[in-house]
Amino acid sequence: MKIKRIGVAAIALAAAGALALSGCATSSEPAAPEGDATAIITTNGSEPQNPLIPTNTNETGGGKILDSIFAGLIYYDAKGAPVNDMAESIETDDAQNYTIKIKADQKFTNGDPVDAESFVKAWNYGAALDNAQLSSYFFDSIEGFSYDENVPELSGLKVVDDLTFTVKLKQPESDFPLRLGYSAFFPVPAAAWDDLAAFGENPIGNGPYMLDGEGAWKHNERIDLVKNEDYQGPRQAVNGGLDIIFYATQDAAYADLQGGNLDVIDAIPDSALGTYETDFEGRSVNQAVAVFQSFVIPDRLAHFGGEEGKLRRAAISHAIDRQEVTDVIFSGTRTPAHDFTSPVIDGYSEDIPGSDVLDFDADKAKELWAEADAISPWSGSFQIGYNADGGHQGWVDAVANQLKNNLGIDASGAPYPTFAEFRTAITDRTIQTAFRTGWQGDYPSLSNFLGPIYVTGAGSNDGDYSNPEFDALIKEGLGETDVQAGIEKFQQAQEILFEDLPAIPLWYATANGAWGENVDNVEFGWNGVPLHYEITKAAASK
Amino acid sequence: MAGYIVRRVLQAIPVLLGTTFLIYFMVFAMPGDPVVALFGDKTPPPQVLEAVREQYHLDQPFIVQYLLFLGGIFRGDFGTSFSGQPVSEILATTFPVTLRLALMAIFIEMVFGITIGLISGLRKGGIFDASFLVVSLILISLPVFVVAFVAQYVFAIQLGWFRTTAGPGAPIQDLILPAIVLATISFAQIVRLTRASVIETDTQDFVRTAASKGLSRRRIVPVHILRNSLIPVVTYLAVDFGTLMVGATVTEGIFNVPGVGRTLYQAIIRNEAATVVSFVTVMVLIYLFVNLLVDLLYAVLDPRIRYAK
Repeated sequence: MKIKRIGVAAIALAAAGALALSGCATSSEPAAPEGDATAIITTNGSEPQNPLIPTNTNETGGGKILDSIFAGLIYYDAKGAPVNDMAESIETDDAQNYTIKIKADQKFTNGDPVDAESFVKAWNYGAALDNAQLSSYFFDSIEGFSYDENVPELSGLKVVDDLTFTVKLKQPESDFPLRLGYSAFFPVPAAAWDDLAAFGENPIGNGPYMLDGEGAWKHNERIDLVKNEDYQGPRQAVNGGLDIIFYATQDAAYADLQGGNLDVIDAIPDSALGTYETDFEGRSVNQAVAVFQSFVIPDRLAHFGGEEGKLRRAAISHAIDRQEVTDVIFSGTRTPAHDFTSPVIDGYSEDIPGSDVLDFDADKAKELWAEADAISPWSGSFQIGYNADGGHQGWVDAVANQLKNNLGIDASGAPYPTFAEFRTAITDRTIQTAFRTGWQGDYPSLSNFLGPIYVTGAGSNDGDYSNPEFDALIKEGLGETDVQAGIEKFQQAQEILFEDLPAIPLWYATANGAWGENVDNVEFGWNGVPLHYEITKAAASK
Repeated sequence: MAGYIVRRVLQAIPVLLGTTFLIYFMVFAMPGDPVVALFGDKTPPPQVLEAVREQYHLDQPFIVQYLLFLGGIFRGDFGTSFSGQPVSEILATTFPVTLRLALMAIFIEMVFGITIGLISGLRKGGIFDASFLVVSLILISLPVFVVAFVAQYVFAIQLGWFRTTAGPGAPIQDLILPAIVLATISFAQIVRLTRASVIETDTQDFVRTAASKGLSRRRIVPVHILRNSLIPVVTYLAVDFGTLMVGATVTEGIFNVPGVGRTLYQAIIRNEAATVVSFVTVMVLIYLFVNLLVDLLYAVLDPRIRYAK
């Protein structure tokens, strides 16, 4: 019997990462100056869209706060590797049945213990249909989960003792432990259940920070967090707190950083993308992040099914000069895609067989398009749908122009005025063109970029793609208890995607951020959010 | 006078009902499902969409939603935003901020606009008049976001005279720069309006009479010319005050002022009907109130004006 100890492996990985980092540091610069342990770090954010309940938060405004005030079973380090936070161990021998042990004596800030109950109750609440939680689908692989009826208690979750619970999945999924750092899986204290609305307004967590008293969330303005002295996990804050200021525009946040009112920002306005790296020389980042962008060509579009469809999709992919678009339109703040996932994910490879379909080659594109025309002559116009309120017009027009020039066809963007209208057209399948899409990884795993989007009938399979071979490989990959073996299956699955091209990969987003002179040790994580707890700030001198 | 006020207040009721209905209908008719948009680029299962819709009564037909909303208002319940906060609370935190900003802007444009307009009007054709004609033309032609960005960059970032954006609680000193920016929009109009009005009043019979009566210019200008010239200016200021309460969206965004404009903008983006309609309702109320106030002010400025019983 093979027992997999995720926790141990992860800690070893993290240690290796730390060694590599410190090696770097000694060669290039002296150790970072000690910060003031009481200094408050200020950063940008946005008003959370939903109450601050872990299972009801699915956007970055609220996510950034939850990640700071809660501690899940694991957390992701800067590289996206999982490290045990509240978990003592997560064990399985078949990738389907998990035994989770929690570290002893962990407490919420109100004194409630972090125990098996605090996880199981929160997950049950999040999964139950009647509670209409936005992140409910994260629990759908647990046995007992259903969207057809309200299930108040998942049969797959069992409390064994105070600090132990077991999880039974519907089928083997080896990356289940990797998901447990996502906010939907955070524990909730017993006190919350008396009045969940009040909890959503003044959440009580167990993370490195906590709310600075009742009413610390000043709606539309800011939320003030202070260090949680009772937190014993590995994400100890070296500063005294974190003030997250809500901005309606990224320009205002950038101006505040320039004006010295903010310490760190993790978004750069379009107007400063070309200049921020010189404005903040040595104090900025432009690094890959777990966001994959593409446009989907639904199977139902005329000329895009079967053999003809494959040829046309490959032709379109070859006709796009990704490097040019990322350089010119995005000032280098996107990286041309080489696969369907993201370079920050463990197992990422640039050289998956078939990935050369992403190389720009106008002649090849014309050739393939002509072959497709031999099957059935092309007519009409190729359009890419997008929402006009999200700054997409620039690149859509550029890509459409490349298609026009390189394939000799009529191509254009098809704007929808608002994001809501655009997503509604996609969800109810009334959209009759190709359309842009972006996928931000919920957790750092290859399968998260593949399963939910391309498996037959999967939730976000907006193009209704279906390939039984692909489905089988994803399932096999998830069933592998050996991480490496799983990765191999996922890569094979991507080979199929390169052939079928249900979506045309475009580029990976990068995290763009900058920080002020007074702060140090700023490191951006795999999801583009700085690891706030690591940031040091000089004692206020000026 | 009292009867006049009562009649005006009663007139406000159908106006209010009509506007809330129209706005609610427009938000309802906005294409796209706000619940779908809540999930970003990810597609939730239909059952979850259904459950969330039910929570916000979005599964009901329009008229039911509207009546639920209207019924709530009479009970003092303006509904809740998606983030679970009562809209009445959002109103209570944002309106004072915007009110402060608008009053500061009105004050600035009144003091400078009327003073400069008066001097220009009295010295028609002089060098002062000509130079401010140029200045006001420039200001009229500049869009507000250009003025805002330039002011922010020069006075806040480069010179450091002001905070770049409004700090915690949006205190008065942080609102000076945004108020000046806001004031520039209407400043030019007020200068031109005052100037024209002063020139016209200056030629009136009663001014000549006052002068031939032996009154000094020092007395004639403020009492006879300025006071009588202010009627069109005050009317304009009232309309402008409404615009400032409503239209400060751009300025509030650039200076990150947690006021009405910024919040409303976000609510529109998120299709939050309850928030949008409640905000607009309060705005309509303010507009009606300010207009009533102005109509009453006319009598103070010009004793010839009387209100019918």
